[in-house]
Amino acid sequence: MSLLIVHDLSKSFGGVVAARDVAFSLEPAEMLALIGPNGAGKSTLFNMIGGQLRPDRGSVLLDGEAITHASPQERFRQGVGRTFQVAQTFLSMNVAENVQMALISRHDESQALWAPARDRHRAEALSLLDQVGMADAADRPCSTLAYGDVKRVELAIALASQPKLLLMDEPTAGMAPRERAALMDLTASIAASARVGVLFTEHDMDVVFGHATRVLVLLRGEIIAGGTPDEIRRNPRVKQAYLGDDHALARTA
Amino acid sequence: MDLSFLIIQSLSGLASASSLFITACGLTLVFGVTRIVNFAHGSLYMIGAYTAATLLPRLLELSYGPVSFWTGILITALIVGAIGVLIEVLLLRRIYGAPELFQLLATFGVVLVVQDLVVQVFGPQDILGPRAPGLRAPVEILGRRFPSYELALIAAGPIVLGFVWLLLRKTRFGILVRAATQDRDMVASLGVNQALLFTGTLFLGAFLAGLGGALQTPRVSANTGMDLSIIAECFVVTVVGGMGSVPGAFLAALIIGQLQAFGILIFPKSTLVVVFLLMAFVLAVRPYGFFGRPEIVGGTHAVGIVSRTPRASGTVAALIVLALLACLPLVSDAYLLKVATEILIFALFAFSLQLLIGVGGLVSFGHAAFFGLGAYGAALGVKWLDAPMEAALPLGILFAAAGAALIGAFVVRLSGIYLAMMTLAAAQILYAVAFQWVDVTGGDNGIVGVWPSTWASPRNAYYILTLILCATAVFILKRAIDAPFGYALRAARDSEPRAEAIGLNVRRHRWLAFMLSGAAAGLAGGIYAFSRGSVDPSLLGISTSVDALAMLLLGGIQTIAGPLVGAGVLHTLRDQIMPLTGLWRLFLGVSIIAMVLLFPRGLVGTIRHWREERA
Repeated sequence: MSLLIVHDLSKSFGGVVAARDVAFSLEPAEMLALIGPNGAGKSTLFNMIGGQLRPDRGSVLLDGEAITHASPQERFRQGVGRTFQVAQTFLSMNVAENVQMALISRHDESQALWAPARDRHRAEALSLLDQVGMADAADRPCSTLAYGDVKRVELAIALASQPKLLLMDEPTAGMAPRERAALMDLTASIAASARVGVLFTEHDMDVVFGHATRVLVLLRGEIIAGGTPDEIRRNPRVKQAYLGDDHALARTA
Repeated sequence: MDLSFLIIQSLSGLASASSLFITACGLTLVFGVTRIVNFAHGSLYMIGAYTAATLLPRLLELSYGPVSFWTGILITALIVGAIGVLIEVLLLRRIYGAPELFQLLATFGVVLVVQDLVVQVFGPQDILGPRAPGLRAPVEILGRRFPSYELALIAAGPIVLGFVWLLLRKTRFGILVRAATQDRDMVASLGVNQALLFTGTLFLGAFLAGLGGALQTPRVSANTGMDLSIIAECFVVTVVGGMGSVPGAFLAALIIGQLQAFGILIFPKSTLVVVFLLMAFVLAVRPYGFFGRPEIVGGTHAVGIVSRTPRASGTVAALIVLALLACLPLVSDAYLLKVATEILIFALFAFSLQLLIGVGGLVSFGHAAFFGLGAYGAALGVKWLDAPMEAALPLGILFAAAGAALIGAFVVRLSGIYLAMMTLAAAQILYAVAFQWVDVTGGDNGIVGVWPSTWASPRNAYYILTLILCATAVFILKRAIDAPFGYALRAARDSEPRAEAIGLNVRRHRWLAFMLSGAAAGLAGGIYAFSRGSVDPSLLGISTSVDALAMLLLGGIQTIAGPLVGAGVLHTLRDQIMPLTGLWRLFLGVSIIAMVLLFPRGLVGTIRHWREERA
């Protein structure tokens, strides 16, 4: 069975249809890119899968279980990790504590009142930070990190829940080109080794065609194409409807 | 209860609605554009009332007639408008980017300053203004007499609404005001002269406050308590109507006017309670009021405690201070011990607030509620159950924790300015209950005879008891702040989406924080009650809440030790300065403003900053 099954998901805001009968599935260890022009409904779809928005119709199944109406907290417990378009970390804590906080939550200790938080799960936090190459910065305040490093910390936080599904909304937005490739290489290797399914939205076509195993193209709330990067690159409908100019494709071809 | 009575009652409700709307409209306009909740709006109203009550008789002496009267009202409003401009230029302009807690405190500083200045300028006695020429005789409505001035007031509300509507729709200034209310950053990036727009808005807001105050003078005498009572009502009107919405304010004022007019028949003593219950209800159903929008939440990100590596030297210092405090009874006289006891109590009170504000980013503006509940819980236990101190203190804690659970359940849905106003409202409800439920609480006189058990009666024994209880409570709170619970609160403060995405139940944590903090404040209140031997409604009042906030601000919001040091310094200052001068509030107000403008890190924060700069 597929890891994630999205079934006929629909959502409209007033008269604007942001998602119409969207259906797709995602396998473990797969890197699925969701692309589309501004206003295509990427964020709406993303937030319905992440639990920030309620769909009007349709269902979301994770490992066969319906999570359509689950809160973000419940989704976390069922194995959904996510990163945000503008990285969200806890700026008043240091890097290790950020990850420790997620581990504390996973172990249901967040209401503990006595033993200090900074001593809990530190070793596990350090090994997660090591995975994303941030172990050296463990004791630095999160507010002093460069943005690319903040993104890595956020990834470590998301991985702390041992997610089956990782949702990444514009993972490389605001990063330098070289950092982008590095972050996505890292994500791909984690997806492969831990068999995590990754769903990400992205504007950078280098990232999409360089790292996705499969691509979905969204236009006005509907999926107009889906396939391997090569198929998408050649698809005339995608070219015409979305990419418009050939340069975006030629650059990476 | 016949029809004519109902009509008269409802007309008088309309009259109060009108004057309430005129004042609240100014508050909501100022909030819409500047995103500052201007506590001093009530002070402007009070200045309007005093000015009109002083000015009108002189004008009427020169030439008696409606023209002089209404000209006088207009002049008053213009004078108050000018004062509003002064406040904007001198103070507000400097704090538009500051965290909302600082904005609230700074404008509350203005309230304190104005309270003392008004007494200096106009004298301590209440002043009743002259009655309006041409509107002195009552009119008959369905066989009942109704003051004709009230009818004029009823008309005044819609007239002002009309003028404001024309101003907002038909003038360039009005269009800018509406645009800024929707998206301040966009207006700024379009190259609009922000300074002029903000100053103009403050003039308009203050003008309306002055007008509201001036129109009241023939009905209500100008008095020194009217600033806080009107600001509380204006908060309700703007919150219920939706912050920044003029039609919302009008609708809310109408509803509240009627509620007050008829509420007085059902609960003769508790109109205030009815009004605040309405606010609680509306906010529970519509967290942003009738016409408010979610994004209208003022201030910038919360400031608060950050992670620090624990140092052994800190523990040693704390133990040394504790040992010195324990030795104090050996060297000091009874008076000093009394002051020291109070300082310890306030230190715990301020520290409990730090859990909400510094750790949770929850700007509670009604922390006196829990302090007062603890004090009243203990006192009621003594009075009605003959409980000894050992049982009454835990009862107080229970009272406070239960109150915090109830209030917390309402307010954890809210954020920022709405949370601040809702907590303030909750404290005001309790204040009203304590004040008006005379049979149980003793009303204004409070409850006396709340004395500690014999073993704890001597000053030094009570001091030591206070020290043990407060130090223990602070220690427990400190553990909680460093424990996962405190970290989870900080996580939710730093980034709510991230906190939810890692599975934290943000509301539940905040609710528990209210209970923990409320219980600690309740303990402080209970100890305070036994140290004085009595309780009275002022323990639940705004000034008690502001005491805690000022201590927090003075010590430093970003530090653990801040509130403790702040309590020590502020209470010592008060003890030294208050007997010397009648202008304590002026002094306190100016100090609060100065701290916000010059010294936002507080004492402990500034010292630490220096140390880190040198290192």
